[in-house]
Amino acid sequence: MTACVRTKVYRLQASIENFRAGNNPSAWKKQQVCIVNWDFIHQYLPLYQKAAVLTLQIGALGILAAIAIGIVCTMIQYFKVPLARQVVSVYVEISRNTPLLIQLFFIYYGLPKIGIRTNPYACGVAGLAFLGGSYMTEAFRSGIEAVDKVQTESAASLGLSRLQVLRYVVFPQALTISFPAFMANVIFLLKETSVFSAISLMDLMFTAKDLIGLYYQTTESLFLLVVFYLLILLPVSVLGSLLERRMRYAGFGS
Amino acid sequence: MAEKEKTELKKGAPLLVVDHLTKRFADLTVLDGISLTVHEGEVIVIVGPSGCGKSTFLRCLNALEDIQGGEILLHGERITQNSKNLTELRQRVGMVFQSYELFPHLNVLDNILLAPTKVQKRKREEVKEEAMALLARIGLESKAESFPRQLSGGQKQRVAIIRALCMHPEVMLFDEVTAALDPEMVREVLDVILELANQGKTMLIVTHEMQFARAIADRVIFLNDGNICEESPPEEFFDHPKTERAKQFLQTFTFSRKGS
Repeated sequence: MTACVRTKVYRLQASIENFRAGNNPSAWKKQQVCIVNWDFIHQYLPLYQKAAVLTLQIGALGILAAIAIGIVCTMIQYFKVPLARQVVSVYVEISRNTPLLIQLFFIYYGLPKIGIRTNPYACGVAGLAFLGGSYMTEAFRSGIEAVDKVQTESAASLGLSRLQVLRYVVFPQALTISFPAFMANVIFLLKETSVFSAISLMDLMFTAKDLIGLYYQTTESLFLLVVFYLLILLPVSVLGSLLERRMRYAGFGS
Repeated sequence: MAEKEKTELKKGAPLLVVDHLTKRFADLTVLDGISLTVHEGEVIVIVGPSGCGKSTFLRCLNALEDIQGGEILLHGERITQNSKNLTELRQRVGMVFQSYELFPHLNVLDNILLAPTKVQKRKREEVKEEAMALLARIGLESKAESFPRQLSGGQKQRVAIIRALCMHPEVMLFDEVTAALDPEMVREVLDVILELANQGKTMLIVTHEMQFARAIADRVIFLNDGNICEESPPEEFFDHPKTERAKQFLQTFTFSRKGS
């Protein structure tokens, strides 16, 4: 419900602002012979910028939380903690086998039902963390499993404790191995932010859909949406490959 | 068994006592009640056909395998996987693996320094000095900053030996340390082990290098089907094996040498 109301209020505000600024949408019709309405793009760029910042914030926080969950779950699996280990496997299966949209609905509409007050922002972060946690767990786990068992044994034979073996021998190697999967997860999670509009977060997708609904400037709105997502994701992707190469040259691998 | 007593005479006090050690993997009995006493400064070479349990035996001595029966005593202290002071016991039993197992993300020096500084909490500078001296002894001091992938197999294995030595273990276990090496590199690794023997290091060596075994061993143990089949001084074992099984085993070696 809240989502609906917010959307309406937002739309109203946007159109009032528009009229105040003397931007009568009917005036644009003359320019529609042009393929792209640059005035429209110019005018609504700030709106996208704001939305991009929000998307990035939630994305970054959610991913950080996902990494934390991933590390904890991986440790639980590595040390075979009884009970907690089963909980982790159930969590991973649930989280990986349901869409983020549905997870968000559960968090957004479900938590208030059991008396936990939330806001869309926190829900967005929590949803991303819930989904990302399992993906990170799987990435880290595959990295740890790829480290040869004899490495663990040789470290243990030197007298290292299990925690020391993990910290000094297994984890550094696992990190390099799982890095490509880790980066793929980061990019995947950033892209998943596009469903946040469903819980009334004014992210990029929300902005684009809204502008389309208000002014019917579909091409321009979607163009901006694509550009902004690329602006967010391309640097991450490039940085990822650079880091990956750096790690490989820093004396890792066989 | 008179020979056995004779060889034990020239050595020091018992260091490692293995008493009726039994190891099973599910239904498969790999070690069937092995008893062995290792004295200080003694070099024991364990030979035997593949699958006879040589490697498993060594791994049990370092508690890398759990045991189903018997006991292993290091200076009277029991070594089991459940020992409270397991990490402390493992520091006193050094092990070198067939596949070197240097840590690929650390350079040579850090490989050597990791355990002494993190486990024994010794000063980095102090261990570094010792490590560099040992590296110089084997002519690898220039490789201290190199990563394992930049070294040859023989170099890696020698670094692995030094890594184990820097923990000052009371006994060293060598598990087929030259099996993965090119023939030319075998020599450089065996020379290092020979030097350790000359220094009086207590060692248990599993190997397929028969000439080396003969040169280095104080006692040769012939393992077959999880039992000690024969136990004698090297000259006696290689020249006059007592059991048919040992004769057979040694014969296959002669054949393979002619063939290659």
